[in-house]
Amino acid sequence: MRPPAEHVHWLFAAGFLFLGLCLLARAIVGVEVWDRRAWRAYLWPGLLFGMGLAMWPVMVFFTNSAIHMLAHGSWAQALMIAGGAHLALARGKLTSQYWRLTLPFAMVVSGTALLVHEQNGWLWSRSAFVHHAAGWTVIVGALFPLLATFLPRRARLEVGFALTVLVLAVIIFSTRDVAPVLP
Amino acid sequence: MTPFGARRDELAGRRAAAARLVLSLGPATILAGVVWALIQPYRVTLLTPQGEGFWWLAVEPPLLVVVVGVVFHFAVARGLVRDLH
Repeated sequence: MRPPAEHVHWLFAAGFLFLGLCLLARAIVGVEVWDRRAWRAYLWPGLLFGMGLAMWPVMVFFTNSAIHMLAHGSWAQALMIAGGAHLALARGKLTSQYWRLTLPFAMVVSGTALLVHEQNGWLWSRSAFVHHAAGWTVIVGALFPLLATFLPRRARLEVGFALTVLVLAVIIFSTRDVAPVLP
Repeated sequence: MTPFGARRDELAGRRAAAARLVLSLGPATILAGVVWALIQPYRVTLLTPQGEGFWWLAVEPPLLVVVVGVVFHFAVARGLVRDLH
């Protein structure tokens, strides 16, 4: 009953697509309107936390090698830290804006994990290409939440972060277990 | 028109534009999923099932994109636009 690896990627891609749409809508209407309903304020950090939780079964059941296990495990922890910190910020349990740095931290850890656990070069296969492209997209995209920590309420930074997540979803949707780089 | 009235009209215009943009995200996502299914129909295993297992029938990328668009539109976008107004 274990899903093939590409199906797991597609399910995570669907999660990232929903997350990206929520972040884009939040950037368009502004944080004040988005946070007018409590459930909406918790939605995107909750999704992030949930996707971190979902990485644990991936770590357990898709352990092809030690580097895979370490990458998936560190990824799960980083996503949960970022999601948990932003949930606490939304709830008011945390007040320092510097907790927002957990998000670029999680993105750098995730991007590094993607790059490190892909042992082959960019053009080896579709899977290799996707992992390299996703890794660099996440690492470069970490600049948006990093800058937004120090320059809050800049709509362009929020849109940039949302678009990074949407691009990530598109990249992950193109994953195939066995396929050439281009269809 | 008073400066206050002009400012109010400008804000109303911005809100309307934001509402249109938010309401277009879901349908645009659904359209992207449908176009993907038309371009790569072999990614939708349900169209020609040939004894595939559960995961190949349950998880089909173009349909996932459509489902995400529908859920976002009805669960998030419509309520968000109501709050915007």
